[in-house]
Amino acid sequence: MNKLLSSKWTKAVLFLLGLSPLLVLLWFVYQLDLTANPLEYITHYTGDWTLRFFIITLAVTPLRVMLNRPAVTRFRRMLGLYTFFYGCLHLLTWVWFDRQFEISGMWEDIVKRLYITVGMASFATMVPLAITSNARAIRTLGFKRWQQLHRLIYVGAAAGVVHYLWLVKSDIRKPLMYGAILLALLLFRAVLWIQKKKR
Amino acid sequence: MIIRTSDKDFNFGLRYSDVTPKELYLNRRKFLGAGAAALGALALPGSADAAVLNGVNKTGPMANLLKDTASPKKDVTTYNNYYEFGTGKQDPSQNAPAWKPNAVWPVKIEGEVKAPKTLNLADIMKLGMEERIYRMRCVERWSVVVPWIGIPLATVLKQVELTGNAKYVAFETYYNAKEMLSAREAGIALPYVEGLRIDEAMNPLAMLAVGMYGESLPNQNGAPIRLVVPWKYGYKNIKSIVRIRLVEKEPPTTWGIYNPREYGFYSNVNPEVDHPRWSQKQEQRLGTGFLGQGTRIDTVKFNGYGAQVASLYTGMDLAKNH
Repeated sequence: MNKLLSSKWTKAVLFLLGLSPLLVLLWFVYQLDLTANPLEYITHYTGDWTLRFFIITLAVTPLRVMLNRPAVTRFRRMLGLYTFFYGCLHLLTWVWFDRQFEISGMWEDIVKRLYITVGMASFATMVPLAITSNARAIRTLGFKRWQQLHRLIYVGAAAGVVHYLWLVKSDIRKPLMYGAILLALLLFRAVLWIQKKKR
Repeated sequence: MIIRTSDKDFNFGLRYSDVTPKELYLNRRKFLGAGAAALGALALPGSADAAVLNGVNKTGPMANLLKDTASPKKDVTTYNNYYEFGTGKQDPSQNAPAWKPNAVWPVKIEGEVKAPKTLNLADIMKLGMEERIYRMRCVERWSVVVPWIGIPLATVLKQVELTGNAKYVAFETYYNAKEMLSAREAGIALPYVEGLRIDEAMNPLAMLAVGMYGESLPNQNGAPIRLVVPWKYGYKNIKSIVRIRLVEKEPPTTWGIYNPREYGFYSNVNPEVDHPRWSQKQEQRLGTGFLGQGTRIDTVKFNGYGAQVASLYTGMDLAKNH
């Protein structure tokens, strides 16, 4: 198990797996198989994968603790960066294909439309995390401060779920499912923290 | 492992259709119960029972008021809001074709009338069918152009004698929980209900559609009979109507019950009045553009039908009465 976790091949496979949603999307684009509303389809697709990667990234710590395998942590940065990557694609879809780079309209939406405000906030939290996702940043900031900064992902993920919840018309089952999983992952951390305090 | 599934979603351990069992369940039952015929319906959504409609007047004065080009049929029949058959846009075209609506399809007309009357689908079709190419603008900011086949609503309402108290018309959609999503799953109150003011209902533009693209309506588009009011947002166009009730007071509407701030009774297409969560100034016309991605166009007040309907709202504050 530990051998598998520390193999460079595992990381390569995981890298390709992380890329595969994009490859599948590009295949659909090539096939022109994007439903009657390609813009909406791509928007939802990239948004969904951003939320999924938030959850996958946040699952690393619980997985590490439950399996008692510290080596799991070595995949966390890549998974976090994939969250950012799909978040970028989601934002780019909006900026480019939906709003067509029309700055004033975008600004009006960000200020006036709460679900867009929260969505942008979620994206904004990811930017400093992506920038500081390297060993040098950890050294510069010091591990403690770096770790505190990276807790922003809790805010980013929650804002992402709220963004989804506020934009759906009536069927809130999917956003609630994301919310429930996120809550479970955060509760796990809360329990760990309380146990640590007690000791 | 990534496995492509029917709802174009991807399996990644946790799928969101894990929490939408009914849609899958509907699909599964279709496979188990209906056999080859249903499989045919699955391959060609909605076209299994499509019948060519004859005796349709295609050159009436309202045949194509705004000289629009009809949207691709594939787009109109695979991208639907019909929550009873699933809340995803492709769900209705996958789930609804297996539904077998009663062929007689009696429609009750009751309430503030001298004598209530039940008209069967065939009776209504005999009143005279016209083809009309209308725009349809959804509140979600997409639009299509549909060549409907139908009967003016006024012609149908004239089959009964209204009392002096008939101020509004209330419509109700067929609902059977065994064949459709529950209200809790759909997130909206069911059966679906809608309404019009009597003068809106009597406006020559208002129509009960029984077909489109030269054929009877596919289930996902509201078979066998649905309302079409092209100057209002899509959700006013209630599908699969079983009851028409003349009433004195403004009737409740499904989306109005869900959120009165976002979905008013009138729901006229109006770029000047924003949806509380998004702007209504523009829309995406499906099936147009370089890759069929849907070109963004400016939304027109009353969806372009101001000459026909603006006078209905003289003196009304359309922001307040949205």
